[in-house]
Amino acid sequence: MIVGERKPLAEIAEMLKPFSKICILGCGTCVTVCLTGGEKEAEETAAALTLWGQKEGKNWDISTGTILRQCEYEYIDEYTKDWPQYDVILSLACGVGVQTMNTRLPEKIILPGLNTTFMGYPLEQGVWTENCLGCGNCVLDLTLGICPITRCSKSMLNGPCGGSQEGKCEISSEVECAWQLIYDRLTQKQLAGRMDEIQPPKDWSTSHHGGPRTMVREDVRVEPEEQTRTDV
Amino acid sequence: MNQKSKLERMFESGHFAVSGELGPPKSADLETVRHHAEDMRDYVEAYNITDNQTAIVRTSSIGVAANLIQMGLEPIVQMTCRDRNRICLQSDLLGAASFGVKNFLCLQGDHGIFGNESGTKNVFDLDSMQLINCAKKMRDDNVFIGGDELEHPLPNIFIGAVANPFADPFEYRALRLAKKVAAGAQFVQTQCIFDIDRFERWMEEVRKMGLHKKVKIMGGVTPIKSVGAARYMQNNVSGMIVPEELIQRIKGAEDRKKEGIKVAVETIQRLREIEGVAGVHVMAIAWEEMVPEIVDRSGLYPRPKVD
Ligand code: SF4
Repeated sequence: MIVGERKPLAEIAEMLKPFSKICILGCGTCVTVCLTGGEKEAEETAAALTLWGQKEGKNWDISTGTILRQCEYEYIDEYTKDWPQYDVILSLACGVGVQTMNTRLPEKIILPGLNTTFMGYPLEQGVWTENCLGCGNCVLDLTLGICPITRCSKSMLNGPCGGSQEGKCEISSEVECAWQLIYDRLTQKQLAGRMDEIQPPKDWSTSHHGGPRTMVREDVRVEPEEQTRTDV
Repeated sequence: MNQKSKLERMFESGHFAVSGELGPPKSADLETVRHHAEDMRDYVEAYNITDNQTAIVRTSSIGVAANLIQMGLEPIVQMTCRDRNRICLQSDLLGAASFGVKNFLCLQGDHGIFGNESGTKNVFDLDSMQLINCAKKMRDDNVFIGGDELEHPLPNIFIGAVANPFADPFEYRALRLAKKVAAGAQFVQTQCIFDIDRFERWMEEVRKMGLHKKVKIMGGVTPIKSVGAARYMQNNVSGMIVPEELIQRIKGAEDRKKEGIKVAVETIQRLREIEGVAGVHVMAIAWEEMVPEIVDRSGLYPRPKVD
């Protein structure tokens, strides 16, 4: 899932200063699951902002709502059919949602209420951890399911650096050394010999380093005249 | 231009080699570094010049190397993968070779979060293994990573790497060295050796694999300047092991500084006895003036001459 963290209230309040009619819009998927941008958090943020406004003499008119997925036109359209007149929408979706909303509703101002942090999963109750960078060329087959690009702080492809100690990464005793994990995993499966092969320099052009990416699937594409997209 | 580096020739003549280390300053005024280099002139074959070590901005390794060459001294240019992508690393390698740098030490680099620019973007386009291999292919196959050919052959460069027997997983550390050798490393310098027993265990593995015959291994030695410095390395530098007995020994000594030097000398003497250790790399950062004494008392002075 995509994980995000709500921006500090002061920062949100500062960006909302020029506006009076505000909609705080949650997103019902990833950020709901990671407890930062769903319906509940939209309401909490509205309450906190109202209090803040009272203290700072700002008379905001704040409403809340939630769209199941702010990253898809279909859901945006469904929700915004009877869209009331807000000056601004504070989106609690990830950066994908905020931008999709902006593209779909160009007449509106849509601001981000979250910092989108990473793609990851809940490690335990209340803890989420990053495990994919979306590099566009998956190597999880080589390492049996532990991503060296994401989970090694230096994205090394050829084994652990000299900073690995007692299973921890040199950057922090809170971070596991990915290469210790990979070594243990491969050893367990009697495949440690794999680490002796030199992995050549990675082609980063499949990642964001090749520029913003687009995926085209001709087989499922709709003929241009049938298209309903407005941004092409 | 095509002569091999002095360091490489030392090894080829079968001598036990000594290298020193210089840490560039946070300024373009290199007088102090030049001064330290001068002090060690007759005591080391070559000087490692660190590359923004611990991710702290300093004069570039290549910039200091140019100064050493002017002084008739031999640099070992450290190149980390942290700050430069493959375009820049390959270009810097050529640039440095153009004014006579022969020794390159390819390493991963400390993570940027540690330094004085902790908001930096860490590059890590290549990893150290790939950088070693890249240098080898530029020299031996005349090609860049992307497949283009060099317009003129790269003269003899001597490719170095680092090895850390004190990092984990321990059982993998000799294999890692084997991989670096396969990638093209001709000499390696190790992390500072304080736990010599562990170092010996690692060397046993290295010998079993015959690696000591394929790569010149230089043991890293750092004199302990104070109990505080030892504690710092023990607790704050990952990938280092400083045994408690050693700290107690320094602590209990009448003259702690002298004891620190004595330990360094003893370490070097012991390293000289270990089969497969081909040299020492003395890292006395902020204590450079002690290098001549350490080298001398270890029985390594005067340094042999090579043609
Ligand atoms: S300690 Fe492990 S995870 Fe951290 S940078 Fe080194 S190899 Fe990567």
